[in-house]
Amino acid sequence: MSTLTEAPPPPSPTVTDKKAPRRRGRFTPYWLLLPGMLWLIVFFALPMIYQASTSVQTGSLEEGYRVTWHFATYWHALADYWPQFLRSVAYAASATVLCLLLGYPLAYLIAFRAGRWRNLIMILVIAPFFTSFLIRTLAWKTILADGGPVVGALNTLHVLDVTSWLGWTAGDRVLATPLAVVCGLTYNFLPFMILPLYTSLERIDGRLHEAAGDLYAKPWTTFRKVTFPLSMPGVVSGTLLTFIPAAGDYVNAELLGSTDTRMIGNVIQTQFLRILDYPTAAALSFILMAAILLMVTVYIRRSGTEDLV
Amino acid sequence: MPFVNWLKRNLVVIAGLLTLAYLLLPNVVVTVFSFNKPNGRFNYQWQQFSTDAWTDPCGVADLCGSLGLSLQLAVWATLGATLLGTMIAFALVRYRFRARGVVNSLIFLPMAMPEVVMAASLLTLFLNMGARLGFWTILIAHIMFCLSFVVTAVKARVMSMDPRLEQAAQDLYAGPAQTFLRVTLPIAAPGIAAGALLAFALSFDDFIITNFNAGSTVTFPMFVWGSAQRGTPVQINVIGTAMFLVAVLLVLASMVLGNRRGRRKA
Repeated sequence: MSTLTEAPPPPSPTVTDKKAPRRRGRFTPYWLLLPGMLWLIVFFALPMIYQASTSVQTGSLEEGYRVTWHFATYWHALADYWPQFLRSVAYAASATVLCLLLGYPLAYLIAFRAGRWRNLIMILVIAPFFTSFLIRTLAWKTILADGGPVVGALNTLHVLDVTSWLGWTAGDRVLATPLAVVCGLTYNFLPFMILPLYTSLERIDGRLHEAAGDLYAKPWTTFRKVTFPLSMPGVVSGTLLTFIPAAGDYVNAELLGSTDTRMIGNVIQTQFLRILDYPTAAALSFILMAAILLMVTVYIRRSGTEDLV
Repeated sequence: MPFVNWLKRNLVVIAGLLTLAYLLLPNVVVTVFSFNKPNGRFNYQWQQFSTDAWTDPCGVADLCGSLGLSLQLAVWATLGATLLGTMIAFALVRYRFRARGVVNSLIFLPMAMPEVVMAASLLTLFLNMGARLGFWTILIAHIMFCLSFVVTAVKARVMSMDPRLEQAAQDLYAGPAQTFLRVTLPIAAPGIAAGALLAFALSFDDFIITNFNAGSTVTFPMFVWGSAQRGTPVQINVIGTAMFLVAVLLVLASMVLGNRRGRRKA
């Protein structure tokens, strides 16, 4: 993941390379690529085509489905589930912004201020991955429990009055509200923000900070004019690695939310695994895919970082 | 005002440590509640201290079976994805070939796709083929989504490798196989190891894609998911805590070993 921002490989030299012994195998790269690429074509690309075809089929489970180019499925899916789509984008965007705000100081701390604690903090960021994320998400049920210390403190500080007025929480509950879901999403995808941020911060030459200081830049100006622009590749891949999985997630909405916080992932899961309405489910997931690819493309173009792999 | 100055200078450190606390808080809760003795079926409220779950971690039906299945899947998925991914990474860095753009996008897209989309489309394929959902369909899916991450990890390492080392080996009359085994592979090893570790973690912890393509097979994350509906046994927390500790200890041990080896060389 940390390599999402690597530069593309340099074009291999042509003249000298022709004499190198391994050029004997003109087909070597194709043999190396073949098994992995076949795997991705059969189990990633082909399913997408199947799904596209399923989304324009009509029929029933008993009689079977046939392709009838029934594009109305898309229209119905959007008409029925646009609130869940909007909610997914809103929750994922909030979680991404929160991840950036929370993750940046920690990435900065690891890169520049941690000293000999650097490795330990890195381990502490990564190690929670090994406790299943479902168990950790369930722990938030305990932390945010009604009448628990967190909710009590928020109540005493009148934070919940404000968030309830904004519609983020309901009364003196945090669980089963949008705030709980966004909090869970932020928590779950925070490491995916921190790691690329750290990778690009760590590459910054420390002397640039000194130079900025020598030129009478205040720390904040140094950050704004030097550090932050140089960390842009990390910001871009971090936000993508947070936003994309968060937009399709249904675990947090299911475990920490309620029926009013259902995201598009919940709908797709229910349509596919419980209601067994395959065309609608396929159309929904196709719309989600298209929307995300579109957003990602626009975002990458605008931020000027095209070398993602 | 020395305190205000101190605060100003260390604001980023304080903010960073608060984020770290936010990241670790759930693990603290999971650990503390592994010593709980809950009253009802759910382990969300503290009742009283007990080591029952630690002395009997497999005391819940199907729990350890699902854990074993998840570990088994993770091992095979790691092997498969690491082998295929390393081959692709070498091809991408070392060779010129047609259709590089297509290959690059096929590797990038699975990482840029919400899991639920891949999960649903793969299930569509399996249903159309009439495949029986279970161990093999999960394994196929896991290798598929781990592959791209292995490729990026290995590629980064191979790219930073000095090609002259291999040329030197060949000048010293090493054959292609010998060069690869004794020069290329040892240098690329850290990248391959990083990719493999990532694949293992991704596969072991995967829920969404597995949930779609598992049929009635139950992996560990699926067991936890089911228990969130039926009642959460304390043993889940025991296993979560144990996995966390094992991971930290393994990393610390490898760091100590690496340090010692580094010192001996120097």
